Amino acid sequence: MQPAVALADEHVLLDRKPAVIEARDVSRRYGEGDAAVDALRAVSLEIQAERLTAVVGPSGSGKSTLMHILAGLDRPTSGTVSIAGTEITTLGDDQLTKLRRTHIGFVFQFFNLLPMLSAEENVVLPLSLAGKKPDREWLDQLLETVGLDGRRRHRPAQLSGGQQQRVALARALVTRPTVLFADEPTGNLDSATSEEVLRLIRNSVDELGQTTVMVTHDARAASSADRVVFLADGEIVRDMKGCSQAGILAAMEGVNGR
Amino acid sequence: MTTVALRGLLGRKLRTILTALAIVLGVALVSGSFVLTDTISKAFDNIFAASYDKTDAVVSGRKIVDYSSGGNATVTPALLKKIRSMPDVQAAAGQVLDLNGNSTQAKLVKDGKAIESSGNPTFGFGVDPSYPRFNPLHLTQGRWAHGPHQVVVDAAVADKEHLHVGDPIGVSADGPTRTFRITGIATYGGVKTLGGATIAAFDLPTARALLRKPGYDAIAVTARPGVAQAQIVRELRSTVPSNAQVKTGKAYAQEQANGVESFISFIRWFLLAFGAIALFVGAFVIFNTLSITVAQRTREFATVRTLGASRRQVLRTVLTESVALGIVSSVVGLFLGLGLAKGLASLMDTFGLALPQAGTVFAVRTVIVSLAIGIVITLLAGLTPALRATRIPPIAAVREGAVVSQPRRWTPYAGGALAALAAALLGYGLLAGGVGTAVRITAIAFGTVALFVGVAVLSPRLVPLLAGLVGRPSASFGVAGRLARENTVRNAGRTAATAAALMIGLALVTFVAAFAQGLRTADENAVRRQLDTSYVVTSKSDWQNLPAAAGPAVSRTPDIRSATSVVSDRARFDGANLDVSGVQPATIVGPYRFKWSRGSDADARTLGRGEAIVRKSFADGHHLAVGSSFRLLTAAGNSLPLRVKAIYEPARFDPLLGSVVVARSTFRSAYPRSPLAFALVQGGSRASIERSLAGFPAATVRTTDEFVSQRSSWLSSVLNLLYVLLALSGIVSLLGMVNTLALAVFERTRELGMLRAVGMTRRQTRRMVRHESVITALIGAALGIPLGLGFAAIVTRSLSKYGVGFSLPVGPLVAFVVVAIACGLIAAILPARRAARLNVLRALQYE
Repeated sequence: MQPAVALADEHVLLDRKPAVIEARDVSRRYGEGDAAVDALRAVSLEIQAERLTAVVGPSGSGKSTLMHILAGLDRPTSGTVSIAGTEITTLGDDQLTKLRRTHIGFVFQFFNLLPMLSAEENVVLPLSLAGKKPDREWLDQLLETVGLDGRRRHRPAQLSGGQQQRVALARALVTRPTVLFADEPTGNLDSATSEEVLRLIRNSVDELGQTTVMVTHDARAASSADRVVFLADGEIVRDMKGCSQAGILAAMEGVNGR
Repeated sequence: MTTVALRGLLGRKLRTILTALAIVLGVALVSGSFVLTDTISKAFDNIFAASYDKTDAVVSGRKIVDYSSGGNATVTPALLKKIRSMPDVQAAAGQVLDLNGNSTQAKLVKDGKAIESSGNPTFGFGVDPSYPRFNPLHLTQGRWAHGPHQVVVDAAVADKEHLHVGDPIGVSADGPTRTFRITGIATYGGVKTLGGATIAAFDLPTARALLRKPGYDAIAVTARPGVAQAQIVRELRSTVPSNAQVKTGKAYAQEQANGVESFISFIRWFLLAFGAIALFVGAFVIFNTLSITVAQRTREFATVRTLGASRRQVLRTVLTESVALGIVSSVVGLFLGLGLAKGLASLMDTFGLALPQAGTVFAVRTVIVSLAIGIVITLLAGLTPALRATRIPPIAAVREGAVVSQPRRWTPYAGGALAALAAALLGYGLLAGGVGTAVRITAIAFGTVALFVGVAVLSPRLVPLLAGLVGRPSASFGVAGRLARENTVRNAGRTAATAAALMIGLALVTFVAAFAQGLRTADENAVRRQLDTSYVVTSKSDWQNLPAAAGPAVSRTPDIRSATSVVSDRARFDGANLDVSGVQPATIVGPYRFKWSRGSDADARTLGRGEAIVRKSFADGHHLAVGSSFRLLTAAGNSLPLRVKAIYEPARFDPLLGSVVVARSTFRSAYPRSPLAFALVQGGSRASIERSLAGFPAATVRTTDEFVSQRSSWLSSVLNLLYVLLALSGIVSLLGMVNTLALAVFERTRELGMLRAVGMTRRQTRRMVRHESVITALIGAALGIPLGLGFAAIVTRSLSKYGVGFSLPVGPLVAFVVVAIACGLIAAILPARRAARLNVLRALQYE
């Protein structure tokens, strides 16, 4: 099916990497009758492996809704989504739960750490839930990578916002998920800490080959991506290779001016 | 996830403690009542066992009825001689000792006043000091009584009244007071007092003369060494006459203990009922608190779901929290119950029920039951919040805004179904005929629980209406009041759950007050309708009798118009016990108003030997008509043939005369003693009557009005006891309200910040929280009080044939509403302060 690209022509595929997520004709409607709102209109998209894809757009564009649907948090009104070949739109709750343990990692805007667990305990939580023991070496490496080795036993209340987000990132990466979803990961951070977090995300893509989808309205964050998908009014209006912050801002203006 | 659960509880210590307290009190009541009753039971077992542990067999008169005032049949001295001559008998001695009735009533009199402790028995014993092994009393000071002027008293009364060896003391048994000298002080089986009863121990001849005993109450026997108990019992059985019974020492002690055991059992169930009520209220509090905390941790649960937690894992986490809470509360409650047992004992002591206590008995059963109940109830109460937690969708991890649980579509049906079930159970329990008491009580108990839960389920729908009603005064307090009212309506479910805890307590106290009022009115009416007299002479305590000689003494009072006395005892007919009254035919009609079914006053006036006036219920139950003959078996073992002369129908609630009424002469022929139940006097003055009764210190003269109100005074004592016990549930409700309010304030931090930022003052904030609390409390009252009144109406209707009617206890109702408002105000103190002290800026940023 043709992606609904109104404007530019830059095509999706950056290189021959396979598609990890395939979304076809995904629509999401809220409400009924006159009060109905179409958050997404027949969006089709493929997310490639080992690449950082940014989804940007103004508020109300449907970018968050799209990510929720791609991640299996929400069900589309129509259309299908597959992750690693498995169609998730028809899965039951138990199967989705299993999927979340192995294929999906999350980083939230407000960190969403469990306040009563230490940093280390928060990080291994996805494994504990699956009943698995963490690989010590991998855990140590991860904590070191995010720079929190010395604060393993600290509770979230004892960590700064940036540190908490780094813990959240480690938590998302600990299961080496098929896809990592980041929902406005820098939304609650100042510019310096934002830089750090973005660098870490970029690192995990480059060195671990972690497929990542990041939703953001921040041009600086989007500029670290390999590919940027622009949404407006529930449709993909532009899909281009990653570029500088200025380029992204220009593209945003172009999209908004539409 | 267990770590998550437990750490979660620890992280919110204060909240956890407050929530746990809800269950602690209920478990403490359960544990305490077991500990208390076990301890008392063991004490009595010890007492009775000690009395007869060196006795192989006991020969006594056959016990035909319970609580006979004239006593059972006695065994003769001749029999004692015969037993002593048996080759296998090593020793035998007679005793005068009847713990099971008033036949050995011997009041101690000091300085002209009878020593009484709120209606406890006053025993007279006759012991043979040459046989200490048979003597249940142990001397602690002095020596045993010898001769007609000596007595030994119990250690407790000696302490209380400062009696010493050598002091003179009066004793009034079946005659005027006589003076004795105290030669010794004793304990009963090592216990200072037998539940508050006083004991006066004489030697055997003195006891028999004083208590008018034709023989002994019992002969205790030890067999020669080498002779088994069973054998000596067999031999004795073949020797003794047919109106005597032979039991092993242990069995006899058991017989004595059995009467006590059923009473203890009653206390146990009574206290457990209040424990159950407190736990029921506690369950509501747990449900409410856990619901709120689950709602507050929506994002946390949703996040955990995004990380791959299954619904079952979430359920298990919340349930683990419940179980942990339950375990901690139950353990604390279990041990608190130990202290509570002591408190309950003192409480009952003040209401006149001093029961002996041995070393505290802390049975395994107590531990298991208390822990099990506490944990199960907490688990059940936490089940719905746990299920709600599982329904939190993972997407809530990103979505903003509190999720207010909408009332499910099926709640009106569930509530309606529960109410219908409750109506069915209550109707069955209260109105069905021919149903055993245990079944009845179970039906009523479950029906009540169903009713409360049903109302609780339906109550969210009533909240807007009720809040509008009770919140109207608040609205007049300005914006703060209006906001308070809106807040209660906004989360109707939560308001209802908080109010429900208070509703239960208020419904129960209202029911108790209204029912007691109905009972009291019925009692007063019933008694008043039977009497037409100026004065009533009774023993100070209603349950006891006066010596027969008091009757003639009253009659001798100058300047009275008439006096009539009534004696009474028990008899057995057709497998059931009944009361028999002996009246003076010439004088009874008038002061006592007979309500005739068949017969007339003339019949009563000419009541002759062998003739009886019977109660209509008795006649109908045994198919007797005027002219029928029947035979009663008296407590003393005599057979009394009677013919029905007339049938009367007294008030069913509190009849002053027995099922069978005979003339004094007939009574005397069947009963060796004629204990005086009461005397009615017309005319005269209190002073002159009291003068004639100078030799009977236990006698009390009352006007009809005084007698009527005194007769129903036990209701007031019971009522107060009930109020105290229900107050414990009230405390649980209060804790629940504080908890909920604190959580609600916490939850609305941002909103409160906004209100303060746009100009609400600290005072207004406090006022808002306070009003919200009071409105919630009043909603609880608005639900509970009508429930209680309705319930009372139904129960009094089912008892209407006893003359019990429904009357509105206005005074108590007003008091209850005031208490509800007070609860609301108290619960709001801390949360209001916290709300007012919020740092506005931080509150606005609160996530």
